[in-house]
Amino acid sequence: METSIAINNLSLSFGNLEVLKDLNLDVGKGEFLVLLGSSGCGKSTLLNCIAGLLDVTGGQIFIGGRNVTWEEPSQRGIGMVFQSYALYPQMTVGGNLSFGLKNAGLPKAEIEERVNRAAKILQIEPLLKRKPAALSGGQRQRAAIGRALVRDADVFLFDEPLSNLDAKLRADLRVEIKQLHQKLHNTMIYVTHDQIEAMTLADRIAIMRGGRILQLASPNEIYNRPASKYVAEFIGSPTMNFFEGSLEEIGGSYAFKTGDTVFPLDGYTFQNGPPASGDAWFGIRPEHMVSGAETANAPVRLDGKVELVEPLGSDTLARITVGERTLWVRLDGQADISHGDAIQVGFDPARANIFDKATENRN
Amino acid sequence: MTKAPHLLKASMTYDGGPADTGPDMSLRPGSGASAANRIVDGPAGRKPRKALSRRNILIYGTLIVVCLYYLLPLYVMIVTSLKGMPEIRLGNIFAPPVEVTFQPWVKAWAEACTGLNCDGLSRGFFNSVKILVPSVILSIIIASINGYALANWRFKGSETFFTILIVGAFIPYQVMIYPIVIMLREVGLYGSLTGLVIVHTIFGMPILTLLFRNYFASVPQELFKAARVDGAGFWAIYFQIMVPMSLPIFVVAMILQVTGIWNDFLFGVIYTKPDLYPMTVQLNNIVNSTQGVKEYNVNMAATILTGLVPLTIYFISGKLFVRGIAAGAVKG
Amino acid sequence: MAAATKPSRWHRNLNAKLAAIPMIVTALVVFIGGTVWTVVYSFTNSKLLPREKFVGLAQYDRLWSSSKWLISIENLAIYGAFSLVFSLLIGFVLAALLDQKIRFEDTFRTILLYPFALSFIVTGLAWQWILNPDFGVQQVVRNLGWESFAFDPLYNPEIVIYGILIAGLWQGTGLIMCLMLAGLRGIDEDIWKAAKIDGIPMWKTYIFIVIPMMRGIFITAIVLIASGIIKVYDLVVAQTGGGPGISSEVPAKYVYDAMFLSQNLGQGFAASTMMLLTVVIIVVPWAYLEFGGKRK
Repeated sequence: METSIAINNLSLSFGNLEVLKDLNLDVGKGEFLVLLGSSGCGKSTLLNCIAGLLDVTGGQIFIGGRNVTWEEPSQRGIGMVFQSYALYPQMTVGGNLSFGLKNAGLPKAEIEERVNRAAKILQIEPLLKRKPAALSGGQRQRAAIGRALVRDADVFLFDEPLSNLDAKLRADLRVEIKQLHQKLHNTMIYVTHDQIEAMTLADRIAIMRGGRILQLASPNEIYNRPASKYVAEFIGSPTMNFFEGSLEEIGGSYAFKTGDTVFPLDGYTFQNGPPASGDAWFGIRPEHMVSGAETANAPVRLDGKVELVEPLGSDTLARITVGERTLWVRLDGQADISHGDAIQVGFDPARANIFDKATENRN
Repeated sequence: MTKAPHLLKASMTYDGGPADTGPDMSLRPGSGASAANRIVDGPAGRKPRKALSRRNILIYGTLIVVCLYYLLPLYVMIVTSLKGMPEIRLGNIFAPPVEVTFQPWVKAWAEACTGLNCDGLSRGFFNSVKILVPSVILSIIIASINGYALANWRFKGSETFFTILIVGAFIPYQVMIYPIVIMLREVGLYGSLTGLVIVHTIFGMPILTLLFRNYFASVPQELFKAARVDGAGFWAIYFQIMVPMSLPIFVVAMILQVTGIWNDFLFGVIYTKPDLYPMTVQLNNIVNSTQGVKEYNVNMAATILTGLVPLTIYFISGKLFVRGIAAGAVKG
Repeated sequence: MAAATKPSRWHRNLNAKLAAIPMIVTALVVFIGGTVWTVVYSFTNSKLLPREKFVGLAQYDRLWSSSKWLISIENLAIYGAFSLVFSLLIGFVLAALLDQKIRFEDTFRTILLYPFALSFIVTGLAWQWILNPDFGVQQVVRNLGWESFAFDPLYNPEIVIYGILIAGLWQGTGLIMCLMLAGLRGIDEDIWKAAKIDGIPMWKTYIFIVIPMMRGIFITAIVLIASGIIKVYDLVVAQTGGGPGISSEVPAKYVYDAMFLSQNLGQGFAASTMMLLTVVIIVVPWAYLEFGGKRK
């Protein structure tokens, strides 16, 4: 796979404040990479550095094999879509799409062809004569994508493009962006704080925190094998259930001991081979817990009491207490339980995630 | 296209699969000092910029020149006021004083003559203070209550009166001057400080009312409703909730009024008598009097003295002043 | 119980109405009543005191044949046109310079705005001194060796209004700059980013994107400058007293002189009615554009 964007030892600081710290990242040609993190993690800053809207303080940026570290944004071969759309309000949609091209001195025919092609792809042809103020939020965002599209760039940068839209529209446009990517095969870097957008759109997700990338992997990998406790807690809703305890080796096989309960870890694949024994977190996702008849096959079974039930239709969330511990369990939507019921839940430790207590890294 | 293209690069391998995952470091690219150095030849790091780029020279150069121009009158006033008359006649108005004298300041404050009065600007200063204090207090009290009633207790016609008030702010004062003279004369206040205080209250009303109305309207309605549910009435809500919450806007209004009223000339000259003239009027009479020898140093000292009150307010209040004029200007 | 402690609707409104009495009186009696009174009495031949002897448009005929009034109008037009153009231009350029993420922004802004805190009287007297032909700029340049240098706007009837303009701009541009700066700060940062990605040069971004986006601020600034221009009075009184001769007279001063110096109230009323008319001509189209459009 060809590399489209390479970021080498990138750092950025404002005065004493280090926003990006010695960051390395390679994005493949045609890859859809999502930068995911909570606010202030540096994801938008990284995107702005790639776009050339912020001057880096250290490191290099390559786009399409070209060192663009000192290039102007317009020279980097990128198109960008902003959260606030940033459409030029007094120009029509067509004017917005063609303004940059006119300024670059492209021939009229070429401009027209590009605008029409972009409009066709995005199905905004009827809107070309309208001004942004006369458009709905979704149409505006489509026009903004169109402005990036006409630049014929190899790389598209999206800065939280759907955050200003309502939930329904967000879901629709998410699908459209995915289709657009499947049609165009451009490299896309997409910044968001919404884990659903990240999971659904990304080929790979980079989870960021404090100006660093904590984990860079496919959505599947991030969900199933989070590299650290932070990532495990960040992805998934309701959040992963954690048990505090210690790893112990008992007769050649490992087990996790919490209080006087022991979870055998025969099926668990350790990250770096069998670890040293020690204090650890044991995490299991609510959806990896079962109840009712299925519990019979589960290697670990716990008896608890239903404290709270949240029926969501498709499934039911239940908060149960096991001893002094509270756990979230995702059950079938038809599960017939209610507050105060006794319940037995089970899970397979092979699906669990174990993190070292001190480093919070995956064991 | 293939899903999840995994990049294989010497130092940065992270291939998703659990079995062949490298050491901890590769899971956390770019983490800390252990990250590999991948810098290759070519541009790296901060784009080199000259501190004295053409752009910076242009921006700072223009601003500095313009600022010097803006400071020039103040500078000239100060140096002139510190020179003796002989030095002024010989020298250059931009030159700093050879021999600093404070005599012009003393004379301007205590001895300069307007007509028959020769007790200097001090009379005007105290007149201005006597006008300023009640005018500021009265106009702010009235306008804040007006604004509160308009924002939270609308009644039939309230918006109409408010619109008239705002439109009235655009009417040239000259149109309303004489009818007010008649009204004040009828109640026997023409030529008195009280009359001038009323005039300032009237003409400060549009902008101040607007200021308070907009501010009170931005206070969350829930708070107001909660107070209503708790049984608080018009005055209780005003004094116990609105006023304590709105101190910044009261300060803004005060800045606006103090500078505005202190700097007023037209109303002062029309609605007061010579021995009650505010400082601006008296200053103008001292400087522009046609009798006697012109004492430029005394004139400049007097001018600075008159400008001192608003300038002090300006430099102390800083951002609030800007906010005041912006609030007054943008919506007025 | 709750109903008993809760004040009745009528009572509540009564308090608000009582509180609004000063506003209602000001609006109805002073603003409307005063204006109507002045307009009505502009058709009388009032001299020292108002009289109800109506003379039709006689006062206006006299007004428009008075050279003092014609000069006032001409001065106002010149002062107004230049003041409007230069205030907007200088104000915007300074604001754009301050908006370049520069150091010492607060210091620059403080210096550029301080004249606005000063009264027109102080402004006028300061510039009267600087422009004094015997001691001011003209003399300083002559002393440097350029003997024939002439710059005495306050003593030359031909250019006296420009001398007043210099002082007026010095006092007022800071305010316009502050307004413009607020407007520039209100522009979405992403617009600048989008323009950068599109490769639009900065000056083009200002002219084709930013300034059109600041339409509202520009209109506000124009209304503000215009209403300031019509009121210009103190500055002239302090700087020239209307002189040399009557060459720097302005309408506001004409009104004052007619009413309080030459005991010619009818002329004062007619002149102030003309001023009102000017304002109406400026404000009505603006109000229509600003507020008429929104209701649709």
